[in-house]
Amino acid sequence: MNKQDNIQTVRRREPITDTQLLLTITICIFVSMYVLAMLIWGGGFRKPQMLFDMLNDNAFLIIISCGLTIVMITGSIDISVGGVTALVAMVGVMILNGNLGLFNGLIASLGLGEQWRIVFALLMALLIGLAFGLVQGYLIACLQIQPFIITLAGMFFARGMITIISVDPQKAPQELMDILQNRIEIAWLGSPNKKGVMIPARMEIGVIVALAVVFLVYFLLRRTQLGRGFYAVGGNQQSALMLGVNVRKTRFLAHLLCGLLSGIAGFVFMMHTGAGNATNATAAEMNAIASSIIGGTLLTGGVGNVIGTLFGVLTLSTIKSIVTTSGLRDPWWQSITTGAMLCFFIVLQSVVLMRRAKNKEKK
Amino acid sequence: MKQNQKASGQFWANNSQLLIPLIAILLLVIFNLFRDPSFFSVGITTNNNGDPVLQGNLIAILNGASELVILSMGMTLVTAASGGQDISVGALAAIAGSVFVKVLKSGGAISPLTVIGGFVMCCLVAMLFGAFNGSLVSIFNIQPMIATLILFTCGRSIAYWINGGATPTVSSPIISAIGSFIPGIPIPTPILIVILMAVLFALLFRFTTLGLYIQTVGINQGAARLNGINSVGIKLLSFVLLGACCAVAGVISVSRLSLINHETLLINIEMDAILAVAIGGNSLGGGKFRMLGSVIGAYAIQALTITLYAMKVPSTDVKAYKAVVIIILVVIGSPVVKEAFDRFRKNLRGSRPVHTGKEAS
Amino acid sequence: MEQDIVLTMRGICKSFPGVKALNDVDFTLRKGTIHALMGENGAGKSTLIKVLTGIYPMDAGEIRIDGTEGAISIRSPQEAQSYGISTVYQEITLCPNLTVAENMFIGRTRARTVDWKGMEKRAGELLDSLGIPARPRQQLGSCSLAVQQMVAIARAVDTDCKVLILDEPTSSLDDNEVEMLFKLMRDLKARGVGIIFVTHFLEQVYEVSDQITVLRNGELVGQFDVEALPQVKLVELMIGKDIADLAVIKKNAPCETQEVLYEAEGLSSSESRPFDFHIAKGEVNGFTGLLGSGRSESVRAIFGADPVTGGQVRVNGKKVRIQKPLDAMKNGIGYLPEDRKRDGIIADLSVRENIILALQVIKGMNHPFSRAKAEAFADEYIKALEIKTASTETPIKSLSGGNQQKVILARWLLTHPQYLILDEPTRGIDVGTKTEIQKLVLKLAEEGMSVTFISSEIEEMLRTCSRLIVMRDRNIVGELTGGELTQEHVMRTIAGGGN
Repeated sequence: MNKQDNIQTVRRREPITDTQLLLTITICIFVSMYVLAMLIWGGGFRKPQMLFDMLNDNAFLIIISCGLTIVMITGSIDISVGGVTALVAMVGVMILNGNLGLFNGLIASLGLGEQWRIVFALLMALLIGLAFGLVQGYLIACLQIQPFIITLAGMFFARGMITIISVDPQKAPQELMDILQNRIEIAWLGSPNKKGVMIPARMEIGVIVALAVVFLVYFLLRRTQLGRGFYAVGGNQQSALMLGVNVRKTRFLAHLLCGLLSGIAGFVFMMHTGAGNATNATAAEMNAIASSIIGGTLLTGGVGNVIGTLFGVLTLSTIKSIVTTSGLRDPWWQSITTGAMLCFFIVLQSVVLMRRAKNKEKK
Repeated sequence: MKQNQKASGQFWANNSQLLIPLIAILLLVIFNLFRDPSFFSVGITTNNNGDPVLQGNLIAILNGASELVILSMGMTLVTAASGGQDISVGALAAIAGSVFVKVLKSGGAISPLTVIGGFVMCCLVAMLFGAFNGSLVSIFNIQPMIATLILFTCGRSIAYWINGGATPTVSSPIISAIGSFIPGIPIPTPILIVILMAVLFALLFRFTTLGLYIQTVGINQGAARLNGINSVGIKLLSFVLLGACCAVAGVISVSRLSLINHETLLINIEMDAILAVAIGGNSLGGGKFRMLGSVIGAYAIQALTITLYAMKVPSTDVKAYKAVVIIILVVIGSPVVKEAFDRFRKNLRGSRPVHTGKEAS
Repeated sequence: MEQDIVLTMRGICKSFPGVKALNDVDFTLRKGTIHALMGENGAGKSTLIKVLTGIYPMDAGEIRIDGTEGAISIRSPQEAQSYGISTVYQEITLCPNLTVAENMFIGRTRARTVDWKGMEKRAGELLDSLGIPARPRQQLGSCSLAVQQMVAIARAVDTDCKVLILDEPTSSLDDNEVEMLFKLMRDLKARGVGIIFVTHFLEQVYEVSDQITVLRNGELVGQFDVEALPQVKLVELMIGKDIADLAVIKKNAPCETQEVLYEAEGLSSSESRPFDFHIAKGEVNGFTGLLGSGRSESVRAIFGADPVTGGQVRVNGKKVRIQKPLDAMKNGIGYLPEDRKRDGIIADLSVRENIILALQVIKGMNHPFSRAKAEAFADEYIKALEIKTASTETPIKSLSGGNQQKVILARWLLTHPQYLILDEPTRGIDVGTKTEIQKLVLKLAEEGMSVTFISSEIEEMLRTCSRLIVMRDRNIVGELTGGELTQEHVMRTIAGGGN
């Protein structure tokens, strides 16, 4: 009888996984930060456009952060994502403005219209992303080389290729950019400008892509055997092997997906800026890692959530907005507060997880 | 003869990790000799002050690698002790450089005393930041890369902040003596500083047991504890030492240009420093280390860069070629390829009908 | 009766270089029984299990399983599973970051998507039917070790298992958890699963098992029904008499008259219960008991290897605080750990560095030994202990087990301790080296060093120790000296005084 009671009490306790715990913390902090900003600084923060601007500016970052989250969940790392994004943007812009001779000939010989350049740019974006993912994934999963070094080389290669292709900054032709930069206007979320005219909220196509990626990756991680395999491999590689997970294939696919997503991110970046430049997406890899961490993904692997990553990106850009609106106009405050925030999250996670481990030991 | 063979085998068994960086340098040397036999010629020219100084690609390699060599020394220690890497070294060097410049600017005229004061001050600050990284790693058990991501993100802004949003210049004969040449000595001063640092580290390893402790902690933390080693302290110490290395590198870099630019000072050097450690045959997972390997690795990276420059590759493109070389090196050194190679060698040996069986017994 | 047999192993042989791990061993498992596999370290239990699960190929012998005609060959754990042989290992091989339900089903389907509802429902039913107190959606890492172990069992059972191997499942569980596990085992037994239960705990064997197979030195001692084998007899069978090693050594004389070197009162650590202990100068005493009886945890508390939680310690009559290993080392205590690989050797470092490590730490960070001096030390002990190594610079990981152990011993001898604790110094070591180490211990004692010696082999303890402290279930249950030091008496005390 007594034992039965004991079992019952154990079973009644609400279970919460590490992933859920860290996700909850992130969302709570983001929401309270945003609400606080709305209350204190009002103005921009009360307009929905503020949120849309954040999304517009960071759509590409959301996509690469999703890729990184996958890789980090398997306990690996990819720091080539920023470089790949920039390379893809450069190649894309040069296909659009006709500075890559190869594609001019191709389009001319096929007798296709100018708009087809966009299709080729997209195809190249996917191809470049896949190529990076393929090579890096093979070297990391099959040859068991440290991911940091391989993807570091990947970053060097991508950044070097940009300037090999073109030292000069490139700009996409306006008529093609007009197609790409079609915005979706949402009238009911609009806000009046200084003259009192209602300006509808604007959202770029890239944001739709980014949100679709978030949803798809969420589905992948949550609902597919492969996705759960990522978690298993990150949790304990040896155990995953014993449980019948194909560890090598899983790690390979994680890097492949991450490469592909960087390719897509590059295209989205191009849609947003319409410019190819060697300094594009500088330090994007570190921003993406930071977003994933703030979103509750552990670099040690096995714990993380792509919804959290989305909130991680938003939290980072909210911090930046707050710093600018709050009057700390000196350029250094943005990154110093970002660093402080990152420190706070990292220490918080470490303390929470250490306490959890200790509690478990006591039980 | 057999004894001899055994001895040489023993030598290579002990130094096999130096093989890859040495091969890399050797290949570069051969390649350059074929490409342009005068590549390695060292000449003496007269500089602006009228002093005779050494010049040539070889000197450019040795001189240009100075900061990288110094940082890779510190990075070796951190990697060995903690099994992770510090990605904030560039930012930390920028902070140190800013503090150095700040002290120089605040003291009126630049005298040897203010330079020394500035150096001591920036060393202290950099070591403090190193201790911050180290305590996150050792006490909070955070992975080194994540812990140092914080300073990586905001370090350069802190440097900017220290100098109040300016990129001040510091021109003084003392500063240019540190950055280029001391009058009367034809060797670039950064090379001398590297030698000094190497001697300091050699003395540190000679007169303390730090090397043994760091390796012990890196290989087996539990056993280190059972033998009375304070592993938290050792990890912390390795980060503090890396901080000091960052300060020295920062001061050299500031002195070269006589100005501090927080954005460009030693940009991306953390990647090269980690690379130097890996090419030097040290495991990025920690444990046993050879600082000499990292130093040779750093010079190999610089030699590659200078070779590419000499081939008229634009400085911005160098990265792509570097990446290819890195990939080739790590693929050769990867466990899978090594194993396949060992098997191949064993098969080769096995097929020879020499009395191997007897020797084994 | 015959059709009840689910698994037969006949004439199993397995050799490793230099060791015959299994020699012509037979094993039979009946449906719906719990069959304990007993033996001390090195008896061949784990080798037998690994042969059965396909981790090691066997040299000779045959395995038959119910439901398959003829002898089968098992080449991998996956193949073993396809024959219905599932194993739950001592270290839990599940993913702690996944949920309970996922751990039960991951890697088992060919489906591409995860049906959470269906999976959690099935998991819930299975957990309920086995009475396992876990929720399907709970993260595995948040369950206690016992529950994690049970989840592993549930996973194994769900894969249509005929033979369930439990390798030391109770070693990290407390009494309540063990009780829960036993209930589960009895349930499974009632369903007709044959369970192989590997353990070191005698009481547990008698609580749940139906049959016992005893192995010793890779040979089958016998298969018995539990009722037919009293506890004392079982211990005797397991330990046996070491006939191979009859070198005569002079025994350490009891030394009650001499002054006490080390004294502890109510000493406890995070892993051990409070206990009293003392040792005199030049005395050799020992902690005995079966594995898991708390003998290792006690000496670890003396050395400060686990966080010390209470108690008073006197060394040479002076009160001292020993909180961490360095404190103990500074008080002249040395400790050779039980798990050489995990706690002893610094694998990648050279023999020289491994030998001087402890003395170096005591001497302090700012006073390194010169290379010449370190080499001299290393050479001295390589010679004295006859360590077989190519040179002082050979990495210790390339030495054989026995020589590695001698290096660790050299490490502590070099510190010239007053008091040396040796936890299983002779485990996995050839007979010759064993005798050498025993002789060395006695020689050291003659020179005035106090030694505490732990070994699974009672024979060995009897030959070296003048006083034995007997532990059972983490408590000291007896202290034997003088005439009480006979094999029979010791075994009786270990087994719990019964006949």
